[in-house]
Amino acid sequence: MTKISGADIVLKCLQKLGVDTLFGYPGGVVLPLYDRFPDYPDINHILVRHEQAAGHAADGYARASGKLGVALATSGPGATNLVTAITNAHMDSVPTLFITGNVTRSLLGKDGFQEADITGITMPIVKHNYIVMRPDDLAYAFSEAAYIATTGRPGAVHIDIPKDVFIEEAEFHWPEDVHIRGYNPPTIGASESIESATEIINQAERPLIFAGHGIILSDAAEQLQAFAEKGGIPVVNTLLGLGSINPNHVLSYGMLGMHGSYWANHAASSADVIIGLGMRMDDRALGRFEDMNPNAKIIHVDIDPAEHQKNIETHVPIVGNVKDVLGQLIKSINTSTHPDWLQWINEMRINHKESMSIPNGPELSAQYAISRIADLIGPESVLCTGVGQHQMWAAQFGNISRPRQFITSGGLGTMGFEVPAAMGAQAACPDRPVWTICGDGGFQMTFQEIGTMVAEKLPVKMAIMNNCYLGMVRQWQELFYDKNLVDVDITQPDFLKIAEAYGIRGIRVTNQEDVDAAIQEAEADPGPVIIDFRVVQQDNVWPMVPAGAALSETVESSGQI
Amino acid sequence: MKTDLTGPLQTIAALVEDRPGVLTRVASLFRRRGYNIESLAVGSTDEIGVSRMTIVVEGTPLIGDQVAKQLDKLIDVITAEVLEDGESVGRELALIKVMTKPEQRREILDIVEIFRASVVDLSAASVIIQITAANETIEALTDNLRPYGILELVRTGGIALVRGEGTTQMPHFEDEELRRFHQESGRIPSGDLPHLSD
Repeated sequence: MTKISGADIVLKCLQKLGVDTLFGYPGGVVLPLYDRFPDYPDINHILVRHEQAAGHAADGYARASGKLGVALATSGPGATNLVTAITNAHMDSVPTLFITGNVTRSLLGKDGFQEADITGITMPIVKHNYIVMRPDDLAYAFSEAAYIATTGRPGAVHIDIPKDVFIEEAEFHWPEDVHIRGYNPPTIGASESIESATEIINQAERPLIFAGHGIILSDAAEQLQAFAEKGGIPVVNTLLGLGSINPNHVLSYGMLGMHGSYWANHAASSADVIIGLGMRMDDRALGRFEDMNPNAKIIHVDIDPAEHQKNIETHVPIVGNVKDVLGQLIKSINTSTHPDWLQWINEMRINHKESMSIPNGPELSAQYAISRIADLIGPESVLCTGVGQHQMWAAQFGNISRPRQFITSGGLGTMGFEVPAAMGAQAACPDRPVWTICGDGGFQMTFQEIGTMVAEKLPVKMAIMNNCYLGMVRQWQELFYDKNLVDVDITQPDFLKIAEAYGIRGIRVTNQEDVDAAIQEAEADPGPVIIDFRVVQQDNVWPMVPAGAALSETVESSGQI
Repeated sequence: MKTDLTGPLQTIAALVEDRPGVLTRVASLFRRRGYNIESLAVGSTDEIGVSRMTIVVEGTPLIGDQVAKQLDKLIDVITAEVLEDGESVGRELALIKVMTKPEQRREILDIVEIFRASVVDLSAASVIIQITAANETIEALTDNLRPYGILELVRTGGIALVRGEGTTQMPHFEDEELRRFHQESGRIPSGDLPHLSD
């Protein structure tokens, strides 16, 4: 067999893995790889403007498509710029592969130009990482890395390749089977756990499902609905679980957690049986752990056994792929209804509707703008967000109806995620409209990617909820720091001039009545568009579970704090 | 010199790939999750390419369980399990250098004998004692030697094996239920099962 360069092996590996898009930025040590790109026209390299954005774009690409997202950077600063994006993807269990170059093998450890110990740096923020020291090992590393990233609990995997490994030649053998003795992702749940869970569910009077990101990652929305319907069990979602069930479904009760609905949070603390499905019992979703619901029996289905008993005590932990486990549970549970329990939640929803509603105007509110965007672009579009108030309002009023519709940074809470992630989602879904709800703060962290969007013809619509504040920080200062507003009044550039600089359409909206026309104008434009929504400056997200409080202590207005 | 044990100890056995970086991955995990390592012993096993780590951590059984599960998540950790006290045998080796005045030498040798330890070096003013025993026995011996003046002490960290014919095993997939499930779902089981979790 003829020998080929390590660079060719890397590109052939990507072909074998079905990678047709990667986001990257060149630099010294990865030049041997870039040099070979022209011979692989089926791999579309999208040149970003900053490596962090390459990582977030790969993340958004993976979330929107369910496929492996891939980002590439050079050594040293290129690699360290990826760190935020790697952490973000891994924390939200997004299947991603990060490739970095490093200095020539003989220079490793010598503090040469643009050397960083990037595998040492990424070790605690990835599912696994590799530094490949021989071109012969590249194919094994890539096949294992992709397998690890996409199976079990998905996550980020990082491969570091010294420059001369790209240049040295080796034979290319693609391993058709991956066999890793230390890694065996679970599938179905153990039968004794299924039996215990079934017994508890059958006897429940007030059961409640917490549906998380795992439902979307394992493509189990259909099973979730069938399970909820058979058991007559209401469903609440975590932030990343939004879209796992249609919000108009009779058993769907919206989001729980810090800015979840009053009724979802009270249902959580009043249920007698809680069934956590593909979620990690996170503090933002559950509030103060010990008082979340000390009386409920908790069944926790997760593919990662380390999530069981980590934050709260679980009565029946079930290790398995939530899709497979739901298949088992659908067979084993009795058909049931819980009319009194549903009525209890329904009444609470009617009585507390006010605390999560769109302000009546006449001023332009972010809630109104977001809800109009959601209505006009429809559920077949992709809706991305940054982090902060606008993110919570998008979760509350975005009418998230299908899996992979909503792309948001959950675990890490990364401001600046919105623009590059939407760019990645658009690359993954060229036929879907992609809108991103931006904060005026977060937008300024990564808007350089508009340059990439223009060059690559990725027509992302960026809707900035511009309140001239770092809104969520301001809300906390108002409520918990005695209205002492410090460093949250952020001076804005003229966002329309930014649009103009990049040669794209910019629209400013200051009145409620102009919202629909602006959205339609943006939709009609074939390119990226910025809409600068000048929204109410000092508004708060309600309801709210103050940090450290229990879900049952959900407050509905500042008067209650 | 003596460290006071503030809580119960859990012993975890892990079979790991004998690769560069494994120890860093394990150490990094302990640091990040805030687990307190009492001791860590690493050595080869009967199988080429597999090392065995015995890690003693401070904490409740629930923490021991979390540590084992977090360790097991590392790709290079083949398997990790908590060894229950009554169901395993734990040993540790310690070398203790004690000052000896000629008139005290007999007393010290008596203590050595009582603990079934042995003397591995002797000089005019000092003696090195070797003991292989369970953690508590080593503690008791050092307590008894302390009045004479301990010059230096080194311990290997605990190692342990499950009692009886049970072993800390490599994962295997003989679960009939799992095999049936794969067949029913039309998946072709090849080699060890299962790899694809869809």
